[in-house]
Amino acid sequence: MNNILEINNISKIFAENNSLCKAIDNVSLTLTKKEIVCLMGPSGCGKSTVLRIISGLDTADSGIINGDEWISADSLHTAMVFQEHSLFPWLSVAENIGYGLRMKTRFSSEQQVNQKVSQLLALVRMEEFANALPHQLSGGMKQRVAVARALAVEPDILLMDEPFSALDPFSRRELQDEVLNIRYHLDTTFFIVTHNPEEAVYLANRVIILTKRPATVLKEVTIPFSYPRNMVDPEVLDLIQEVTEMITSGRGKAEVN
Amino acid sequence: MKRLHKIKRGIALPVTIVIIWEILSLNIGNSFILPGWELIVPVLIHPMDSLFGGASLFENGVISLERVLIGFLLATVIAVPLGLLSGWSERVDEYFNPLIQILRPVPPIAWMPLAIAWFKIGFGSLIFIIFIGSFFPVLISTVEGVHNVRIRWLEVAESLGATTKEKFVTVIIPGALPFIWTGFRLAFGVGWMCLVAAEMLPGTSAGLGYLIMYAYNLGQIQVIVAGMIVIGIIGIVSDYLFRCGQTRFFDWQGKE
Ligand SMILES: Nc1ncnc2c1ncn2[C@@H]1O[C@H](COP(=O)(O)OP(=O)(O)O)[C@@H](O)[C@H]1O
Ligand SMILES: [Mg+2]
Repeated sequence: MNNILEINNISKIFAENNSLCKAIDNVSLTLTKKEIVCLMGPSGCGKSTVLRIISGLDTADSGIINGDEWISADSLHTAMVFQEHSLFPWLSVAENIGYGLRMKTRFSSEQQVNQKVSQLLALVRMEEFANALPHQLSGGMKQRVAVARALAVEPDILLMDEPFSALDPFSRRELQDEVLNIRYHLDTTFFIVTHNPEEAVYLANRVIILTKRPATVLKEVTIPFSYPRNMVDPEVLDLIQEVTEMITSGRGKAEVN
Repeated sequence: MKRLHKIKRGIALPVTIVIIWEILSLNIGNSFILPGWELIVPVLIHPMDSLFGGASLFENGVISLERVLIGFLLATVIAVPLGLLSGWSERVDEYFNPLIQILRPVPPIAWMPLAIAWFKIGFGSLIFIIFIGSFFPVLISTVEGVHNVRIRWLEVAESLGATTKEKFVTVIIPGALPFIWTGFRLAFGVGWMCLVAAEMLPGTSAGLGYLIMYAYNLGQIQVIVAGMIVIGIIGIVSDYLFRCGQTRFFDWQGKE
């Protein structure tokens, strides 16, 4: 089977000011190889929590991940790209990209690190800025470096939490094309949280829509169009509209089918 | 042009004070109260000349600086690791914080009697006083530096496979370093002030503090003033060097 991630009925409850708050409730989903999946839902519904559980930064309280009754996904091979402020500001672009490769779990020689870093610099077209410090870069460039840094550890799944929402529309489209380009070259699966239906329909093979908190899967939409997508095609526009309406309906009464 | 105006405004007051000083000194006509600049300047422009048959202004300055550096380095060697641990681990912080809060408000000079009792008059007790004065600024800045490391950076490191130890070495330490450096700068300033004060106490036999106290006993007020100017200059220059280090190495701070 081509599934690289299979989540069954995971739930997560946070303790918050002496009260319990259920963030996600029996969420199930699967990701297959080389797929781009967008995760959407009202803000505060638990999208980041789902990503953090998959990345191993957080643990679920119950559920099954990849057939094991784990509540953590520690041994899954993932890397995370955050919205912003995630680069190490004291390291150069090249050092940021090589960061994960220098951790001892990876056993890379300095030569391997340099070789990999050059490849990634080329992939995200940042060769000229190899020695720049993050604060010298634009927002879009910073995110390209963050993506390259995450790809350096060759994750099976690249998790992205609203990776482009802090960017201006032009850089955002550039970065989205970057993702499509990377997906074309590598076998990585992308799991991207976004609140932008247009972005989801531009990028994804599949969109998973969550209800408001506690999050549960409201709907899965397969995007039937081939890449690159024509964003003024009426069919595409209709689908964007449809996705938007689903999210709005999930924000109201949770209707699970 | 703007810069020139700034400089002009900056030197206006010192120049005025020098002039008023000179006028007053001419009127008073007593160099044991207010020596004129014609007496002070020669001391300053011959820093290598022996004073009162002993060490020169320069030599006394070097002795003081050496003491400050030793006390300061001892303080950082202990305060930085302790601050890193204390900032990183709540448990360690719970052990040390109350003691630190109790000791911190005690002025370093108030330790002098104990210092003399423990280390005798001279080098040991002076180093101890500088150590006390420098220790707390470094410790507190280091703890604050660790607390200012973004959780996001730690999560990125973890997501890229860093172990706890690797997170400490590759994220906590570099992330806290700008604050630690600010602590160094504060600590050196405090250490320098404490030293000069401590050197003025009876029993010391060298250093700028000793020199100005000795000059007072001999009624050589122009040497006191010259010594104070040198003390001030060393303070300014060291602070400037620390600030240069800040812009040179930690340019990223606050811009990420
Ligand atoms: N560490 C935490 N402690 C307590 N509550 C949390 C924590 N993290 C998230 N939550 C709560 O869980 C819910 C879902 O959060 P999140 O996954 O960040 O939502 P989203 O990313 O969809 O906006 C929110 O109501 C939030 O307040
Ligand atoms: Mg979120």
